[in-house]
Amino acid sequence: MTDFFNIDELLTEENRLIRQTVAEFTNNEIKPIIEEYAQKAEFPAYLVRRFGELGLLGTTLPEAYGGGGADSISYGLVCQEIERGDSGMRSTISVQSSLVMGPIYRYGSEEQKKKYLPRLASGELLGCFGLTEPDYGSNPAGMKSRFTDVGDHFILNGSKTWISNAPLADVAVVWARNPEGRVQGLILERGMEGFTTPEIKNKWSLRTSATGELVFDHVKVPRQNILPKGLGISAPLSCLDNARYGIAWGAIGAAIDCYETAVKYAGERIQFDKPIGAFQLTQKKLAEMLTEITKAQLVAWRLGTLKNSGKATTAQISLAKRNNVAMALQVARECRQILGGMGITGEYPIMRHLMNLESVITYEGTHDIHLLILGAEITGIPAFK
Amino acid sequence: MKILVCITNVPDTTAKISFTDNNTKFNKAGVQYIIGPYDDYALARAVELKEAQGGTITVLHVGEADSDPQIRKALAIGADDAIRVNTEPADSYYVATQIAHIAQQNSYDLILMGRESIDFNSGVVHGLVGEMLGIPSFSPVMKLDIKDGKAEFAREIDGGKEYLEATLPLVLGCQEPIAEWKIPNMRGIMTARTKPLQVVEPVSVDDMTSLESYSLPAPKGECKMIPVEEAEKLITLLRTEAKVL
Ligand SMILES: Cc1cc2nc3c(=O)[nH]c(=O)nc-3n(C[C@H](O)[C@H](O)[C@H](O)COP(=O)(O)OP(=O)(O)OC[C@H]3O[C@@H](n4cnc5c(N)ncnc54)[C@H](O)[C@@H]3O)c2cc1C
Repeated sequence: MTDFFNIDELLTEENRLIRQTVAEFTNNEIKPIIEEYAQKAEFPAYLVRRFGELGLLGTTLPEAYGGGGADSISYGLVCQEIERGDSGMRSTISVQSSLVMGPIYRYGSEEQKKKYLPRLASGELLGCFGLTEPDYGSNPAGMKSRFTDVGDHFILNGSKTWISNAPLADVAVVWARNPEGRVQGLILERGMEGFTTPEIKNKWSLRTSATGELVFDHVKVPRQNILPKGLGISAPLSCLDNARYGIAWGAIGAAIDCYETAVKYAGERIQFDKPIGAFQLTQKKLAEMLTEITKAQLVAWRLGTLKNSGKATTAQISLAKRNNVAMALQVARECRQILGGMGITGEYPIMRHLMNLESVITYEGTHDIHLLILGAEITGIPAFK
Repeated sequence: MKILVCITNVPDTTAKISFTDNNTKFNKAGVQYIIGPYDDYALARAVELKEAQGGTITVLHVGEADSDPQIRKALAIGADDAIRVNTEPADSYYVATQIAHIAQQNSYDLILMGRESIDFNSGVVHGLVGEMLGIPSFSPVMKLDIKDGKAEFAREIDGGKEYLEATLPLVLGCQEPIAEWKIPNMRGIMTARTKPLQVVEPVSVDDMTSLESYSLPAPKGECKMIPVEEAEKLITLLRTEAKVL
């Protein structure tokens, strides 16, 4: 494991055991199969149950609801080690944990928590999170989906797009305008009349994760399916904070996998009678990558300690997500080059990571939007509009 | 049923092996430690037996505090409590004496361990413990069931398997495919910290062996390919170069 500054030493014994366990799982159960699923653009749906068995869904939620009761650094390490395997698999875990179980836990009623959380934790149910709309991506506050009150239930109309897990999800946490015009969450179940989830095909990125639309055509939503707490756009955005936090760790996993692959390759590939790792240009690439990975690890660890004490801010999370994903993408590109022609094949994980990271840098707030969040934090002047 | 599972704390199978102090000490720097792979099979089978039939599992390790993460992992996988005999394990006889001492104070129905450790690979601790306790021991056991207080098990022997039955208590040295290795889950990891880990001091044992030095095996030689048609050349090379004929 690439850990140049011995960050492992800063972890608790539990954190370390969790990291080792998930690393073992990734090596044994994700790495051997993931390339084939990526080539077929198929979601290895059976793994959701395995995630559940290992307790990787809802890691930080209380055990009473089927969660793991672990700290935020543990959740970060889960993301890191899973993403060492594949960003698509980490996306599945992020969405289920932070964006489906998270809002139900925070904004749901006791009945909703009891009904959904244990089954989402075990992987019996797969969930998705519907915020983005065709005309409202970076600006979700402008969303058009809305529901009206017709007495004993609500009627939901509108649509969502780019929704991870949508084509297979059993439940969807959907954000729409309530009759008063404020953003509020609803829990939709597959099979509700007027609710469909067409798949978005032909992606070159996150091919192991199914992405789709959520279409609401006069969907009858029972009153008990509305999330009673958490009104306004800040409710879904604060769930995104948790997911983005996990991504800041996850991206390090992808970077490490690329870097370790490149180090090994550079030691073995002979050109001009020497391993290519003997050339200064290759060494410069490797040294810079290790530097950037180490910096990102320190950022993630520190952010984790802040999060554990409830002090991590949205702007800090933006900085970490933005920096670490851009770092991983840069590392993947450099590693791709070190592998020459072999770098573009499925023999090595690099091209897959590289393509995956192109989604990771866009979803959960684009690279530029996080820059603007930081800009607003620094100057006090939001530049979004 | 009370099961005792003895685990070793050994360098990861991919660790780079080197020595210090004039080849008299193993260099632990940068080495990842794991539960001995054969012990891990024993533990996995113990957990399965407990899940199916009830009972308790105690994990026993003879070693120093740096083994605690491996003991916690065993607790996370499903053991109920743990005992660590706080000492540097000197040799097989020493370790077996410590294990037998613990076993004498608690009547275990089954004492499971790996067929051998993967650092010193002596493969005799189960036999020694059996003798010291005056109960039967078998190794390498690759299949194990418990029915009506009796163990039904299979042992690997030259060119085949031997199917045996024996009454408890027993000491068994285990190997694959007795069970599949288990990865702890989050809940197991979180509950492991509250499970008791008792640290006890060793009983004194006379030194039976002393360590002279370590050496690494000779590096692998170059591989020579000899076409089928030139099989005679192989014989010549085995005689003149490899000097094994
Ligand atoms: C694979 C994948 C999975 C996804 N999963 C989910 C999911 O599960 N749930 C969900 O709700 N959404 C999901 N998304 C949607 C994702 O969050 C959005 O794609 C993202 O928020 C960007 O929105 P957009 O694609 O509409 O781009 P746009 O908002 O149209 O942005 C296009 C470009 O314009 C830039 N831009 C926009 N506004 C500004 C501004 N004010 N100043 C400067 N630049 C600006 C952006 O940075 C970007 O570069 C997913 C996306 C992908 C690709």
